[in-house]
Formats: sequence, C-alpha cells, structure tokens
Amino acid sequence: MINDKNSRKIADIIQDFSRKHSLFMLAYGTGCGAIEIPPTTTSRYDAERFGIRGMATPRQADVLLITGYLATKTLKRVIRAYEQMQDPKYVIGFGSCTINGGMYWDSYNTVKILSDYIPVDVYINGCMPRPEAVITGFIELQNLIKEGKANGAEQYKENLEWYRENQRKVIKNWKMPDYNW
Amino acid sequence: MLLAFVVGVFYGGFVRKITARVQNRVGPPVYQNFLDILKLYSKKTAINHGWMQHLGPAFAITASVTSLMFIPILNGTGWCVWFENLNFKGDLIFLLYMMVFGSLGMALGAGQTGNPNSAIGVSRGLSQMVGYEIPWVLAIVALMLQTKTTSLTGLVDFQVSNGTWMMFESPFAFIAAVLAMLGMFHYAPFDVPFAPSELSSGPASEFGGKYLALMMSSGSIFSFVKLVLIVDVFLGGAANLIMLVVKTFTLYMIPVLYGIVSPRYRTEQSIRYFWGWPTFFGIVGVIYAVFVR
Repeated sequence: MINDKNSRKIADIIQDFSRKHSLFMLAYGTGCGAIEIPPTTTSRYDAERFGIRGMATPRQADVLLITGYLATKTLKRVIRAYEQMQDPKYVIGFGSCTINGGMYWDSYNTVKILSDYIPVDVYINGCMPRPEAVITGFIELQNLIKEGKANGAEQYKENLEWYRENQRKVIKNWKMPDYNW
Repeated sequence: MLLAFVVGVFYGGFVRKITARVQNRVGPPVYQNFLDILKLYSKKTAINHGWMQHLGPAFAITASVTSLMFIPILNGTGWCVWFENLNFKGDLIFLLYMMVFGSLGMALGAGQTGNPNSAIGVSRGLSQMVGYEIPWVLAIVALMLQTKTTSLTGLVDFQVSNGTWMMFESPFAFIAAVLAMLGMFHYAPFDVPFAPSELSSGPASEFGGKYLALMMSSGSIFSFVKLVLIVDVFLGGAANLIMLVVKTFTLYMIPVLYGIVSPRYRTEQSIRYFWGWPTFFGIVGVIYAVFVR
C-alpha cells in the first residue's frame, strides 16, 4: 500500500505539511544579525505561532539561520554544523552580507557570497532585516517546502565536488571529519 | 497506550499554549507537538556513535510503555471489557523501580555519544533524581504504612471504599509528593539536566530526527503515566475518562505554572531544595502514618 503511487503522494503531502509547520531553527549567531533573533522569537513578534522554534544543537535542527557576515574562520564551523544536520535541512541567509558581502564587500577575511559554500534556500535582504522580514522569509521557506522546491540539501549532495572546491579555497588547513548523512 | 500518547502529546501542546499566553504571546496551535513528532519521524537519521546510542531512546520508550501497563488507569474494571487489562493488579514498589529505568536507559544512550554536554546533562539529571526520589519514596512509604498494602489497586480500592482521598487522609505525604513532582516533570526551576542555554539540551543534544521523536513520544507518555499514578494514589483514581482528564490536567498545572514564572536552579541548589522541606514533609508524613493513624 505504501508503494502504491497515490498513497505515496498522500504520505508526501502529510510529511510536507508537518515539515512546513514545524521548523526547528539553529541560529548561527556570527554577525550583528543575531540581535534580531530574540525579538523574533519572544513576545512581540512570536515566531512560535508558525511552529518556528529555536533548537540548541545542529542534530535536532531543520533550518540553519546564518545571521550576517561570515568570517573565513567561522565558515569551517558553519560547514561542520550544516553537515551534522539531518535531512531534510534548509539554510536561510540573513541580511545583505550573506548575499554579496554587504558593507564588508571589500573585506579581506569575510565570505562574500554564501551560496558558493553552502546551498541557501531563502535569502532575507536588509541590513538589518526587521523581525517582520525574518518571519516573511520563514513563510517564503514554508511555501517552498509546500511546493517541494526547498531542495538545497540534494543540490549540495549532487554538487559536492564544486562546493568542496570552493570551501577548500577559503579553508587552507582542511582537517574536517566526514559526517555520514 | 494510544490514549496515553494522544493525551500526553495534547498536554504538551496545551503547555506550550499556556506558556505563550502567560508570556503575552499567541503561541502555537495545540496540535503543534503532533506536527513536530510527525516531522521528526519523517526525517532521515544517520547518526552513529555505537549500539548503546541506538538503544537509549528505545529503552526510554520501553520503560514508559511498560510502566503505563502497570498502573490502573480507570477504577474498577473500566467502562469497557477491552480496557480490563489496563487494570493490572500492580505493585507500587515494582513501579518505583520501573519508572527509573527509562532515565537510566537515556543516561547510557547519551553517555555513548561522547558529547560533553550530554555527559554533564546526564550527571546533573541523575543527581537531581537522587534529590527528588527521597521525598517521593517517603510519601509512597507513608501511604503504604497507612493503608497496609503495596498494591496499587488496593490503594485505589481503599480510597473508594472509605469514600476519601489520600490527599486528605495523609496530607503531609501529599505535600511531599507534590513537591517531588515539581522535580519529576523537569519544568523550570528544576530543568537542570536539559538547560538549553547552558548545555544545549543536555542528554538529547546528540540525538536528532527519529531518536528525538522517540524521546518526545516517550516523554509525553511518561508524563501521563506519572500524572495517572499520582491521581491513583492520592486523588482516589478516576471513575471515567473525563474525570481522569480533569484530575490529571489540574495536577499537571502545578509544575507547569510554577515553572513558567521561575528561573532555573543550579544543581546543588535543586538537590538542597529537595532534601529540605519536601523531605521534612515526607518524614512527617511517615510519622503521621505510623503514630497518628
């Protein structure tokens, strides 16, 4: 019955519905954007209405939230956190710095374009994006999950060589454990 | 079991909603925990730290379901012949051991992951367990001395036939049990082992996906088990399902509401708390049961 085509489809719909309405986020607070996360989750803007909930470890989380710029030193930690997360997983790039470097566009030790290194599903523009914008970004991600388009993790697996090449350009001393996904 | 799962998960949802309302938020819908568990079960899970890590969550849910089998959920034979086997003529002392088994399984599983946060969380959790088990056992012993039975159904029958509740018959033991219950549910002042801001969720920090789902469902079932047990021994059991839900939910609100408005204790503060007034009330309860009754 499970292998039947229609029932498979129904199972997918139920799974996508629950995925969409229960997003555990891991906020990687590297840059100044982390200051916008507490107001988003607490009383004023209350992201828990949409099932968005902070989680403390990458193993439990679904969404990796990169808040602001990434120094070349912290990229290594982000990749490790991302690879420890369990499928299906999503990445949200938060603020202008993750899109094109933002105000650090000519800095020598920040990562300019985040999607060269890890696959980003949704970008939230702004410097800083307000909590309303953050919640809008999450709802955009929910719509993508509903349509089945939030497949950054699969792209990462397919194009692993390309991503690794880019990552190795930044991380000179590559001593990374291999995680099994 | 399905009943315990559904009721336990809905209680979890209600708790999140009530917490949100207390904090002046809207809060998630009450079925949010169902969605969370469903999503976690549908996640791919490829974490391997050794076989004990795979067994840990399984131990936890086994202990929850087993102790659920050993408590009488409804009084008498129940309202339906199929529910007759839910009234196992259980023994209270055996149940006390059985309820600890889940925590020990979790401790072993979390210990194998090698995550330092898990190790600290496990040691904190077990030390806190030493704290709240003492007033809890004293309260139960007071009840056993007073009713001269260790059988759970015997306790419930005693209350039904005398037409009283144990919470009025031995009030000191009830106070000790309620104070110990605050620790058993791990809500705020006593959420020492999980402490998301210090330990990144403690023992569970290396468990994701299906393991976390197993632990969440086990936790929901187990909180229902603990509530039904206290309702059975102190509040005279429940004649039907509606009374059961009313009594357990009222009882559940004690640790929840106390937890929302409280910050977190340190480990030694929490243990000192449990060895203070709750243990005192437990001893008074035992003395009361032996000499006054």
